[in-house]
Formats: sequence, C-alpha cells, structure tokens
Amino acid sequence: MASSFPEEVLEHVFSFLISQKDRNAVSLVCRSWYEMERWCRKRIFVGNCYAVNPRVMSRRFPEVRAVYLKGKPHFADFNLVPDGWGGYVYPWIVEIARVYPWLEEIRLKRMVVSDECLEMIGKSFRSFKVLVLKACEGFSTDGLAAIAANCRNLRVLDLRECEVEELSGHWLSHFPDSFTSLECLNMACLSSEVSFSALERLVARSPNLKTLRLNRTIPLEKLSTLLQQAQQVVDFGAGSYSAEIRSDVYSSLADAFSRCKNLKSLSGFWDVTPAYLPAIFSVCSQLTSLNLSYATTQSPDLTKIVGQCYNLQRLVVLDYIEDTGLSTVSMTCKDLRELVVFPSDPYVADANVLLTEQGLVSVSQGCPKLHSVLYFCRRMSNSALISISQNRPNLTCFRLCIIEPRVPDYLTLEPLDAGFGSIVKNCKQLTRLSMSGLLTDRVFEYIGTHAKNLDMLSIAFAGDSDLGLHHVLSGCDNLRKLEIRDCPFGDKALLANASKLERMRSLWMSACFVSFGACKLLGQKMPGLNVEVIDERANVNSIPDYAPVEKVYIYRTVSGPRFDMPDFVRIMGKDKDGVNNLS
Amino acid sequence: MTTQELGLDITELRLGLPGGGGRGERNDKKRVFFDIFSTGGEVDHFSANSGGKNRNIDMAVGWPPVCSYRKRAMIKMYVKVSMDGAPFLRKIDINGFKDYSDFVMALGNLFGLIGDECEYTPIYEDKDGDWMLVGDVPWEMFTETCKRLRMKKRVNDGGLQTKT
Repeated sequence: MASSFPEEVLEHVFSFLISQKDRNAVSLVCRSWYEMERWCRKRIFVGNCYAVNPRVMSRRFPEVRAVYLKGKPHFADFNLVPDGWGGYVYPWIVEIARVYPWLEEIRLKRMVVSDECLEMIGKSFRSFKVLVLKACEGFSTDGLAAIAANCRNLRVLDLRECEVEELSGHWLSHFPDSFTSLECLNMACLSSEVSFSALERLVARSPNLKTLRLNRTIPLEKLSTLLQQAQQVVDFGAGSYSAEIRSDVYSSLADAFSRCKNLKSLSGFWDVTPAYLPAIFSVCSQLTSLNLSYATTQSPDLTKIVGQCYNLQRLVVLDYIEDTGLSTVSMTCKDLRELVVFPSDPYVADANVLLTEQGLVSVSQGCPKLHSVLYFCRRMSNSALISISQNRPNLTCFRLCIIEPRVPDYLTLEPLDAGFGSIVKNCKQLTRLSMSGLLTDRVFEYIGTHAKNLDMLSIAFAGDSDLGLHHVLSGCDNLRKLEIRDCPFGDKALLANASKLERMRSLWMSACFVSFGACKLLGQKMPGLNVEVIDERANVNSIPDYAPVEKVYIYRTVSGPRFDMPDFVRIMGKDKDGVNNLS
Repeated sequence: MTTQELGLDITELRLGLPGGGGRGERNDKKRVFFDIFSTGGEVDHFSANSGGKNRNIDMAVGWPPVCSYRKRAMIKMYVKVSMDGAPFLRKIDINGFKDYSDFVMALGNLFGLIGDECEYTPIYEDKDGDWMLVGDVPWEMFTETCKRLRMKKRVNDGGLQTKT
C-alpha cells in the first residue's frame, strides 16, 4: 500500500501535523512512514535533556528548524535541586551547530546556558530568529551582547525568570542600527539598568515589535516615551510603576496607554504608586491577560482594575486581591480561563490578608470557562473543594497550595481526602494536579481510581504508607510526571511498579523513605531508567543500603547514564561503563 | 571535627564542609571577616531518615513552593541589624541578595566595616528565638528563617559569648 501512495502526497499530508504526539504516532505506523516523517519534522521537543543524547536527534531528524529542550526537574524552582546537578545545554548546541546550519529557533527551560553557548548560537545560524530562555542560568550580559551583535534576523529574545550575571547594561547597544526585525523583547528578569537610549532607539526602529517587557529599573516617567514609539504593542510589561505624583507625567502616561489599540496583555508593575493606576483604565476592557503579581497594590485598587476587565482570560495576582476582589472577578471576567493567586507573605503563619477558600469558590461559580487554577491560601475545606469540582468539571489544571503543611479541613478538622477526591471524580479532563493540606492514603486511592487523564501530579507532606504511592503508580494510566516530597513512601511501591516508571518521563522523590538498596535494585532491573540518587551528605559512601536517600530522580532514557554529574549525584545499579548507549 | 578544631575554627571565623574544605591557613587576618562566605561551602542540613511526619515545618526548604525568582523579586524581607556599640540599628533586605558573600559584604558596608574591621561576627535570631551563627545553613533557608541580625563584637579571649 505504501508504494501505491506517492511520497510527495504523504509528505504534504504530514506537513499539516504540528503536534509532536501526532508525529510520533505517525512514525510508528510502518517503516516508510517513519522514514518520510523523519525527513520532514521541523520542530523537536525533548522533555528531558538526559532522556536522549543529541546525536540520536541529529541522526534521525536531518531537517530541524526549531528545538525545545528542558533540563532540570520542576522542583529545581524551589531550590530542591542543588547547584551543579546538571542540565547543561552545551553539548546540544555543539551538535545542533554542527548539523543544522539553518536552525531558526531555540527554546530552553531550566537549563544551564553559558556565554560560550550564546556566542556559538550567534555565530552558527544565519537564519536564527527565536531565542526563549525560561528559568535558565549560567550566562551573563556578555552572552546577550553576542546574540544582539550576531543574530541579524532575530525576532524574539525572551528571557523569562532567568538568573543573569549582569556585567553591563550596554548589551542592548550591540544590536546594529540596521537591525529592525525585532518582534519580542522580554528582559523583565534583569535587575540592573540597561542603556535607556539604546532601548529607545531599538524600540523606535522595530515596527513589528509586539511584545515589550521591561525590567524593574525602567522608571515610570520614561514609559510614555517608549509606548509612543511602540503603539502597535500587544504585550507590554511596565517596569517600576512608581513616581512622585505629577499631573504632566500622569496625563502623558494615560494618553500613551490609550493610543495602544492592540494592547492585550499587561505585566510588570513593580512598586506601584496607586495614583498612577488609573492611567491603564482605558485599556482594561481590551485586556485578555493581566499579571499584577509583583504589584503590592491593595484590594480596593486591584478591584477597580479587574472590575473593568470584561475580556480577561488570564489573571495573575497576589493575595492582596482578597475574597472581595475575586468576587468582582467572578462577576466581571466571564471569559476567564486561568487564575493564579500568589502569596504576598508566604513565610508568615497567620494571614494578614482576607483571602480564603471563598475567593476561589466564587470564581469557580462565576467563570464558566475557568480551567486552570494555581491558588495559595491558608485554609480550605472539603465542602469548598466539592463545590469547586461541581461548579467547574471542566478543570484541566488544579494546583492548590495551603501554606502550612498537613492542615486539615478548617471546618471539620478532617483530612481533605474527600475534597480532592471530588476534584478527580468530577473533573474528568484533569491533566495536572498539585495537592496540599492533610491527606491520607485514601486520597491516593481516589486519584488512582478516577484520575485517568492525569499527566502530572505533585505531592507534599501527604499520605500514610506505600499504599498511597502504589495507588497512583498503578492507577494513573497517563501519568508522566510525578514529584513527591516529604511523604512516607518507600521501597515497596516503587519496586512493585518498576515497569510503570519506563512509561513515565520522570519521578522525583525527596525526604521520603526510599533506600539506597532499592535504588540500586531498580537501576539494575531497569536498563531503560537512570536512577539518580542526589545526596549531599559527606559520609554518603558509608550509609548502609537500608537507609533512605535524601533525593532520588528517576527518568527513562535511551542513552544510558550521563557523565556530567557532580560528585553528589550517583546513577545507581549501572556498572562503570554504564548501559551500552547508541552513540 | 573535634571540639578543639571547632573552637579554633570559630575563633578564626572559618566555616566550610565538615572535615576540612575551605582555603587552608590564611595569614591575612584582616580579610577573615569575609572569608567565611567566600569558600562557598554549604554545610549539610539534612538529617538521615527524616522523611514524613516529624519534620520541623520551619526547616522545610522550598516550602511553600514559591519559586526563587518570585521570592527575590517580590518579597522585601527587611530585618533589623544591630551592632554592638552602635547607637542605632539599621535595616537590611535579606531578599535583595543571592548568596552569603554579597550579603555579608553589604552588612559590612552598613556599618562601615571594610578591610581592617574584622572584630565582628554576624549572628541572627531564627524563628525559634535562638541565636545562630550566620553561614551554617544554605542561603535560601537562611532567608526564610532569619528574623533579626546582630553584629557581635568578638571578645579578646577568642571565644564567643552566648549571652543574647
């Protein structure tokens, strides 16, 4: 059948397939489809940079234009992965530079990127257009200067939440005067000053600039200057939104905002002077995305803003919004899809803001399209969770963080098993779940039984025994990422479900009861897994096999053990040469 | 690490991994104040067998799960700093620093302690009300547990007084 269907037709059909999942499925149909698909795959996604080595990618896919790589596990965001663990992008850049001279896009998440890597990117790819670095580290403003100087066709430079060594603010000046193709510049994560005149000139000569996210050092007084040069902007991040109250500054700012007819997304707003907030009122009804999570603005001012955002789809705020503000959201923002509420003061036991479970319940009642939630609060009840699940069975992502660990239902003092159980029972499309509060093994039974679409699960300070972990590993058919901290889960559940681990991307367990011996056994039994024990204790070599490890990170891989590990990381159960790898 | 070595190390204001580490003997005592934090050593803070129920919540690193980028950007953690003999206190935002070395430099600058002034040891009061030597725990944990700071004058006999 394959020979009667012209290749060109199949290739044309395949060109409509964008999702990696679809392309992977297509490549499994038969040998000739595999061959055809690999020749025309342009975009590569590697969810764990250690699951495969760069040569495997370059040998299979010769025509790649865009690469997206992820490095460290998610818990690295909370400082649980020690410095030096790994996630170096260097070997990937070397291979990509060698094989894909026409590469256009590189996206990296939680990777270590050196200046040398950035220099290599600048020099190796003539058509390079997009660089997105999210939560990356290891580079300085010198590396950024190399990108600016060399990437003549750059469209996107997006630095999200990166740790950058800031040697100078003049990297921006390295964009040549002839450079006019910029569409997106996100430098919000830089904490030191950049040359404002260079920035202004860059904005003025970038007619396609749609996204401009400034950093905190750009003062409010200068915003109107920039906005006037970039009235076409769609996504704008203000810098520090604070200044002496002056009517001329206010009116030019309000005027500048009102001219931005395409503005749909606002963010930034550090250090807010409330008197300047009304300057954005004219654009509120246009906004689909609003991130005020760095603004220490109080509830009345926040409420006045969200009360005008009729078209809002995404809202990110601090708990300063309080239940009253969220009630306004529930009445006004009927198109809301995603709600994120961060804590203003996470290390204080008692709430100093009036944000409770009620805020979330009201939004779940009033916003029919709400499907994604990340919510930090200090109390919760089973009845609230049950209401939320009944109001919003369309939830796909539900992440609840009750600030103090192991806190029960504040009304009944019972565990929150029933509440989260209701979430997984009613929300059949749930793909991501993070839980907190007092939870017993029972909640894991509910999850294993009902959460059949769950892709990622985060657990902390929960459960009673290995049975909890066993329910999850044996029941959640689509689970790919599981991260666990401070739970009494140990060897039995892990070893009994060893084969499941090969059908997942990764499992993280820290401060649990998994022993050295079990890790060794798992590593020996499962050649397709790297079982990394991360343990910084000085006496780690003399710890007996039955004692628990500090942290273990288990992931599937086709490339065997890695060789760039620091001394506190050991891959268990493999001999010195490791499993035979494919390079 | 024997008690004697521990005592000596404290007098010489040298900290590092248990069993040694650090940069060896230094003749230049004048820079010793800043030496503590330039070795970059992090003393282990995990105890064996600690998973599950009996963890001290205050000591849980990375909880609540607010990513470090957001923590640094958002929270101002101003704590009071007193110095023995100074007529008034200062305040410093702990969250404005990424690690101990920048922080200690800034502490020194607050009180004009540069170069020759190595008579002070920084100590801090933690959430339990205990006075601790700055530098033992990982930086992130320190920022989460420090309530106030004190620049304690070293006593001539080389020991640290334990009076609060």
